[in-house]
Amino acid sequence: MSKARTSHLRSASVHLALGAYTLIALFPVFLTIVNSFKNRNAIFRAPLQLPGPESFSLIGYQTVLKQGDFIGYFSNSLTVTCVSIFFVLLFGAMAAFALSEYRFKGNTLMGLYLSLGIMIPIRLGTVAILQGMVATGLVNTLTALILVYTAQGLPLAVFILSEFMRTVSDDLKNAGRIDGLSEYAIFFRLVLPLVRPAMATVAVFTMIPIWNDLWFPLILAPAEATKTVTLGSQVFIGQFVTDWNAVLSALSLAIFPVLVLYMIFSRQLIRGITSGAVK
Amino acid sequence: MGSLRLRNIRKAFGAHEVLKGIDLDVKDGEFVIFVGPSGCGKSTLLRVIAGLEDATSGSIDIDGQEVATVPPAKRGIAMVFQSYALYPHLTVKDNMGLGLKQAGADKADIEKRVAKASAMLSLDPYLARRPAELSGGQRQRVAIGRAIVREPKLFLFDEPLSNLDAALRVQTRLEIAKLHRELKATMIYVTHDQVEAMTLADKIVVLSAGAIEQVGSPMELYNRPANLFVAGFIGSPGMNFIEAERLGDPGAKTLGIRPEHITLSREAGEWQGKVVHVEHLGADTIVYMETEKAGLLTVRLFGEHPFHPDDVVYASPDRSLMHRFDADGKAIR
Ligand SMILES: Nc1ncnc2c1ncn2[C@@H]1O[C@H](COP(=O)(O)OP(=O)(O)O)[C@@H](O)[C@H]1O
Ligand SMILES: [Mg+2]
Repeated sequence: MSKARTSHLRSASVHLALGAYTLIALFPVFLTIVNSFKNRNAIFRAPLQLPGPESFSLIGYQTVLKQGDFIGYFSNSLTVTCVSIFFVLLFGAMAAFALSEYRFKGNTLMGLYLSLGIMIPIRLGTVAILQGMVATGLVNTLTALILVYTAQGLPLAVFILSEFMRTVSDDLKNAGRIDGLSEYAIFFRLVLPLVRPAMATVAVFTMIPIWNDLWFPLILAPAEATKTVTLGSQVFIGQFVTDWNAVLSALSLAIFPVLVLYMIFSRQLIRGITSGAVK
Repeated sequence: MGSLRLRNIRKAFGAHEVLKGIDLDVKDGEFVIFVGPSGCGKSTLLRVIAGLEDATSGSIDIDGQEVATVPPAKRGIAMVFQSYALYPHLTVKDNMGLGLKQAGADKADIEKRVAKASAMLSLDPYLARRPAELSGGQRQRVAIGRAIVREPKLFLFDEPLSNLDAALRVQTRLEIAKLHRELKATMIYVTHDQVEAMTLADKIVVLSAGAIEQVGSPMELYNRPANLFVAGFIGSPGMNFIEAERLGDPGAKTLGIRPEHITLSREAGEWQGKVVHVEHLGADTIVYMETEKAGLLTVRLFGEHPFHPDDVVYASPDRSLMHRFDADGKAIR
């Protein structure tokens, strides 16, 4: 009896803690979205109030859509993020497969070398990267951003995926070899589906920093045609005047694409976990 | 069609030598079992034969053809793994047909061969299911079916029964024996279970620490073990070993007598001793006794016998069935 009660108590306190954390995490998002629908006076006078009949205003969204090519910025951000994730997952998984599956000289050293980037921020190389991009004429192209973000995401991807690939049964791969599957078929058809949860994890970890990044778009691709959403929103933040309506609206809009991507990957993640459980 | 010849096969992982020169001939249609304790290199040898692992040195001929440069899929072999290793995303039917599809067989042919194998193994009701929807025994039958469909020259089994429960193991063992009679194919089967080895094999290869200890038919190994290792490994319960000195045999170092070759009496016999423990198995009674002359002995009696711990009994070995070994552990004949 008392056991049942304490476990109730425990689960209640766990839920309380998680609920509180969720509230704290979501509060800024909530504040951003709510205030993006209010006029300037209402934002400053009562920032916590929901938009009412007289404080409701879409002025922020109108400014955002009028000023600059926001649809273009969005599609730039989406292109860069999606293509980078694709390459990170593809090359990361291939490198991880080679490291975990084949015995060759310097295997461990190579693994360490490839994971080194987790500890060394890529921004330290900004000057060299910029020089390289200038030399190759890639400045102000999305390709430049995609290359840099792929490099930035690979170390973590290789590290996580090679650990997971070590757990895929050797017998399964050997059965494939006896049935005449090529090494590529074994990789794409047998191993990749089994490490899907890990791929989803890597995708989520890779995606957020890319979407939110301001540094590389500002340095490598600041042209109007290649601006990303984060960079595009900066026009509303001035040294002396900041158009808060527009900033909040732009931020609110920027949340949704990542949210959708995240939901796609996390569904994969959960499906992967449960399909593993019944196997 | 399906002979195998191994000559001086060696395999090392780094500095660790796992196979230390294996020579073996397997005739067409033979059922050969590799048996030995865990970690002695049985699976490694099987993977070398399959081509999944390159031997460090030595030659492998399948059907008189040197296969060193032939990839696994082209060696005319099929392998059944301990962990089933079914493709999780394919149905039973596609699991069995994949090898043929990869080899470019036409659809009707694949269909026919899968149907034949599935009838042989009573898998018809499960053809449309995925491996996750099958029980362990059914999965192992699918794995065996996948091997049959390839119609290989050589079947390789790597401890196929060790993940099954006892009843299923006996049933699947019978099924494999039946399969061997029907297909008349050459089979190589790895196990650490000597009962499986004794019941299935035409020829048993006893391995220990990467080397062959003895090759022979089950009864040869039982009746004429070549050394102490084989004598102790084959037979259950294991052979009793007694220091020859204690029994006054100067020509040998160790004497061996199987538990079933000792008789017990309450009145008189060669070795007096006290019962330590008794196991009643119904058909057999296993008596463990401490004797003054021969040390701890295991005795196997047929039928039921009312012995109890601390009973004083006399054991008499059948001298004609005693094994003698020299200082190197080799049998003296
Ligand atoms: N890929 C490998 N790398 C290093 N050592 C290995 C590898 N595969 C097997 N071994 C070693 O070889 C020995 C024999 O293994 P194995 O053939 O699996 O034994 P068995 O099947 O008889 O139990 C073991 O000591 C094992 O640690
Ligand atoms: Mg093994």
